[in-house]
Amino acid sequence: MLQNILDIWSKYNGEYVSGLITTLQISVISLIASLLLGTVIAIFCISPFRMLVIIGRAYVEFIRNTPLLIQIFFFYFGLSSLDIQLSSFVAGTLGLTVYTAAFIAEAIRAGINSIPKGQMEAARASGLTYIQAMRYVVLPQAFKIVIPPLGNQFINLVKNSSLLGVIAGMDLMYHADIISTNTFKTFETYILVGVFYLTITVPLSILVNWLERRLKRA
Amino acid sequence: MKKKVSVLSLVFMLVMSVMLVACGGKEADKPADANAPASGGTEKSSVAAAKERGKLIVGVKYDTNLFGKKDPADGQVKGFDIDIAKAIAKKIMGDDTKIELKEVTSKTRIPMLKNGDIDAIIATMTITEERKQEVDFSDVYFEAGQSLLVPKDSSITGIQDLNGKTVIAVKGSTSAKQIREKAPEAKVAEYENYAEAFTALKSKKGDTLTTDNSILLGMQKEDSSFKLVGGLFTDEPYGIAIRKGDAEMLKAVNETLSELKSSGEYDKIYENWFGEKPQKK
Repeated sequence: MLQNILDIWSKYNGEYVSGLITTLQISVISLIASLLLGTVIAIFCISPFRMLVIIGRAYVEFIRNTPLLIQIFFFYFGLSSLDIQLSSFVAGTLGLTVYTAAFIAEAIRAGINSIPKGQMEAARASGLTYIQAMRYVVLPQAFKIVIPPLGNQFINLVKNSSLLGVIAGMDLMYHADIISTNTFKTFETYILVGVFYLTITVPLSILVNWLERRLKRA
Repeated sequence: MKKKVSVLSLVFMLVMSVMLVACGGKEADKPADANAPASGGTEKSSVAAAKERGKLIVGVKYDTNLFGKKDPADGQVKGFDIDIAKAIAKKIMGDDTKIELKEVTSKTRIPMLKNGDIDAIIATMTITEERKQEVDFSDVYFEAGQSLLVPKDSSITGIQDLNGKTVIAVKGSTSAKQIREKAPEAKVAEYENYAEAFTALKSKKGDTLTTDNSILLGMQKEDSSFKLVGGLFTDEPYGIAIRKGDAEMLKAVNETLSELKSSGEYDKIYENWFGEKPQKK
């Protein structure tokens, strides 16, 4: 068993490493983009403008309630029927971003709602505009609260990126599929790929825990 | 103090997860060992097991036109492989309806056979030395060769034109491996199954799709805006795979194949699907 894993590693380490790099790139880009998009959607959802609220809610409900795989297929295969050609990397990153943003928006909305109304009212009363009050008073407090749920979403994002394997995304899962069919050592190949995902998700979890503690103190 | 505790708990979690992986390994090894005597023939063979459960379970493709394809109109899986599977069921079970078809892909078929989910694989499977380490093969039941499918207006005429082009293939297929050797300058993108690979070609995610000519012909029958080019650049003898050491099943399968061939039934099935008689060697 262990010997098999070592054999696979020594023969295919190049594929694992290049898959890891692709998975990391996709994860980091989607993480940043979905955090930005999710924040905007969350603000839409709690804004005083009815139109924005409808757009925000519609986005969250529509995206949250459809499978990620279908969204990735839409960006990859669906758009190409409209003559918009996206590579698997771009389509996958877009799909992951759009999907994760819906969950992040929900987490942030919950965080903002947990800040007492008086904070916003006091900020507005002292002459800040709505956006300034959001930016300098409410959001900084809300982010502290939403760090743990955001951390969960980021970890999910990394794991969800394995779906790119089905659109030839050249990520960890894609290479693992190919290695397992070449070696017929299915179990060992995927155990090894699991360890690789851990090398991304465990440090991420440690980072989130550290951030949480640090912000609590501040 | 509080910080220390949470760092400790993290370390503990890591150790636990490593241990879980290690335990999982041991457990997974066990059934493999337990299976070894069974497939060695000292215990029940899969022929006896199929008779006991009252049906033969065969892994076939559901997405490969002409060989094994689910007809959306009536939900039936139809094709050349299916007809061969039925003939084997008739031989072993005495009735060609005592059969259960299970969908396999190039990626899942060997693990499923080894797990005991299926008794045999009849799924456009090329006989290779590497696969022979994992499974036993029957005599050749179909002679195919690898070719290229391209859009009608493509400039590709053969494997010499593939430099820098993206070639679509299916995960776990021999064609994916062989195209890397024959056209090392080409980029290979592998998809889950033939339906997805063909969708990728239609969506212009690659310049050409490569696999056995027999499968490509089935695709071309569905969409005539594509053509086959490059001739046959490999030999792909298809075999029926069964669990290693399952001599009784191997004998039954090979007998069925030779009976089909001598009775002329094989030619009939062949002509029914491919519109021509098989070429005699």
